Amino acid sequence: MPPEAAEPPRGRTRRPVLAHVVGQNIGLILAVAILSASIVIFAAMFVVQQDRLPGSFEITSTVNNTMPLALAAIGQTIVVLTRGIDLSVGGVIDLTNALAAIFLTGGVWHMAVVSVLIVLAGGVAGLINGLIVGFGRLQPIVVTLATLSILQGLAIRVLPTPGGSIPAGYTAFLVNTNAPTALCFLALAALGWMGFRRSRLGVDVFAIGNDEQAAIALGVKALRTKIIAYTIGGMLYAVAGLFLAASATGGDATTGDDYTLTSIVAVVLGGVNLFGGRGSAVGAICGAFITTMIVNILFFAHINPLYQSFYEGLFLVIAVVFGALIGRLVRGGR
Amino acid sequence: MSEAPVAPAEAAGVVGVRVVSKAFGGVHALRGASFAACAGEVHGLVGENGAGKSTLIKLLGGRLPPDTGSVMLDERAVRLSGTADAARHGIGTVFQELTLLPWMSVAENLLIGREPRSAIGLIRRGALAREAEAVLAGLGIHHIDPRALAAEVSLAERQIIEIARVIIRRPRILLLDEPTSSLAEREVEWLFARIRELRDQGTSIVFTSHRWNEITAIADRITIFRNGQEVGTFTTIDEAKAITLMTGRRVDALYPSLPPVPDGAPAALALAHGSLDGRTEFAFSLAAGEILGIGGLAGQGHRELFLGLFGAPALRRGRISVGGKPVRIANPADAIRAGFGIALVPEDRKTEGLLLSLPVRDNLSLPLLRRISRLGVIRGGAEMRMSREMISGLGIRTPTPMQPVGALSGGNQQKVLVGRWLLAESRILLLYDVTRGVDVATKHEICELMVRLAGEGKAILFYSSDTEELAHLCHRVLVLRGGRIAAELNRPELTAESIVAAAMRDAA
Ligand SMILES: Nc1ncnc2c1ncn2[C@@H]1O[C@H](COP(=O)(O)OP(=O)(O)OP(=O)(O)O)[C@@H](O)[C@H]1O
Ligand SMILES: [Mg+2]
Repeated sequence: MPPEAAEPPRGRTRRPVLAHVVGQNIGLILAVAILSASIVIFAAMFVVQQDRLPGSFEITSTVNNTMPLALAAIGQTIVVLTRGIDLSVGGVIDLTNALAAIFLTGGVWHMAVVSVLIVLAGGVAGLINGLIVGFGRLQPIVVTLATLSILQGLAIRVLPTPGGSIPAGYTAFLVNTNAPTALCFLALAALGWMGFRRSRLGVDVFAIGNDEQAAIALGVKALRTKIIAYTIGGMLYAVAGLFLAASATGGDATTGDDYTLTSIVAVVLGGVNLFGGRGSAVGAICGAFITTMIVNILFFAHINPLYQSFYEGLFLVIAVVFGALIGRLVRGGR
Repeated sequence: MSEAPVAPAEAAGVVGVRVVSKAFGGVHALRGASFAACAGEVHGLVGENGAGKSTLIKLLGGRLPPDTGSVMLDERAVRLSGTADAARHGIGTVFQELTLLPWMSVAENLLIGREPRSAIGLIRRGALAREAEAVLAGLGIHHIDPRALAAEVSLAERQIIEIARVIIRRPRILLLDEPTSSLAEREVEWLFARIRELRDQGTSIVFTSHRWNEITAIADRITIFRNGQEVGTFTTIDEAKAITLMTGRRVDALYPSLPPVPDGAPAALALAHGSLDGRTEFAFSLAAGEILGIGGLAGQGHRELFLGLFGAPALRRGRISVGGKPVRIANPADAIRAGFGIALVPEDRKTEGLLLSLPVRDNLSLPLLRRISRLGVIRGGAEMRMSREMISGLGIRTPTPMQPVGALSGGNQQKVLVGRWLLAESRILLLYDVTRGVDVATKHEICELMVRLAGEGKAILFYSSDTEELAHLCHRVLVLRGGRIAAELNRPELTAESIVAAAMRDAA
């Protein structure tokens, strides 16, 4: 007979706190790692072709180019965490971008009020998504696909041809081209995210993404939480629309279309689980930057920009497969 | 022994229902049932699978509203709008289906809704884990790491967290729906100690279980349910009488007698150099016609062993041979394709093994689709006939074979899980806790079936969290501890006590 077990029947050894932190944030850690790698690759290509390291100009333009996607990705994260998905991102950005091109005029206060109204308009679009998903008990993918088309149509009505103009002061405030001040906005967003995670609402969002029925049994108001999640999402896409208008210094009712796909790419690259309940907006921000870096790298590799979406799709597939593999490794085959 | 029924109306009830009915589609879960529990009592609720116990608990816990009739609190009819509302009335519930959030930490689960918060209302995450640790320690739980994810701890530990989460909210009415279904003896004792404390403080406790010894150990009064109605409430009642009332018929001695393993029966399954952790090794062999029990405390590697033999995932090390021939099992398909029937009833029927939204028929026929198909097309007639046979043979309570499995009561889902493997006619059955959560009569039927199958020459490897069952139903029991076989118990000395003693004995 085999020898007696040495350890007592119970009393498992505890894993150190750090092991938990790493294990539970593996998606985020991976996103940071991929981002670092892509920055290194980009810098190397830059050095080879330009004989110098990327400087303040490159950093500023990368940050400014990424801002809209980063914001959209945060919104998408919140929706995905509830075990939903939001395809209307592109439509909201189109519409708010068009509205900005037309109504953003005049003095500081006027522009501030218009901006707030535009963000609220995004919120209303999200609210409608949330109401239909929640009360209609419909698949988010179907609902938001429908609202995507509707919003795109509305955007074209608002701004049939690209045009309008954004006051230079507005552009300078949101997308300063001299220094990466937009990083402050990102820091603010990250801070907001940390508050969200530690709030009642944040816990509810994670809870329904984990297991909606269980969350309801625990007293979470699932319906209300979902509606709020989609609404916040809509508002963040609207902010993305404003940033986009500011950096383009004009409006275009189709410029947001790509963001439906890229926001999902960013979210997946950022380690957010598409089945809800796990992930971080900080990861999604990293995911957004990874997406931009990939575009930059493709540019330096002299790849035709027409193939950009091909590569984005490719990276989405790779990210999904990779994420699933890592998840399986971390859970040890459980 | 006095067996005078106590009419529910006589006692001053703290919580209860008055002539409630509840139907799901065409299924009447409750039909004009009444029930009342008093302060400072443990009220046992028993009945067959599908009798309506969980539905009653869900009404009392605010999870579901009654169709007709009312939920009573302090002798007044109330309308509970949800579990949060029930909590405001001092009602705390442990539902039969666990409600832990898998990707959140133990601490977050435990303290959800009452996390330590900073001045501006944000959760203090460091304090959260420390508080959870303290709260658990206060309940005498030291072995669960509050920083682990709920998905990372064992089923028994999840159950304990679930119970702890409710208890620390100090409910004056505590509803426990099969809280012991995945607990081992020691943990049941822990729970009973907590229940007694709360009862002595005046808490009203409703407790359901299919284990009669638990009911007699803890319940002050017992209410029996049958077919969605109460049959009676008793202060004392013996098991045979209770079973008759639950089932409406006589069910004889619980454990069938076991035919001996024929001399020189060939080994059906042998494992050599098996290892769960890559460090410790063990070996055993299982003869055709033998029921070999695997005992020991929860979390000692039983689950890993059963899954390992089934290739889901494969054992860390070990040579498996079937009928004397070595086989390689890397995944469940191997296990099935190699022509031998390792059959496994998973631990957590909620998430593994059942396709909840598919009909009972499809769930039953899943492992034998190949056998009942012609040219890749399922012969619907054969499928329907076989599932009907199984449904009546095991007494699965479902209106039709086309009912989605998810809509059955917990115990009936379990019967589907067992039935499937019996239909598949495997030669080696790995039965992991198959009687957990099934009612007395079904348990009896499953036990008889096991003995009958062994008699027909099938080899059965059997784990049960119920030690009594192991002692009565097995020819031999191997006690696992720390990933190795700590003891092998054979017939005369094989008793529940000897199994427990071997499981707990410290290193010699
Ligand atoms: N959500 C539902 N949809 C359809 N039918 C249901 C649902 N919940 C319960 N039922 C049915 O109602 C009946 C009573 O179920 P309930 O879960 O209350 O039984 P139970 O006494 O708790 O049984 P068990 O001991 O197996 O847990 C069963 O026939 C079950 O199939
Ligand atoms: Mg039940």
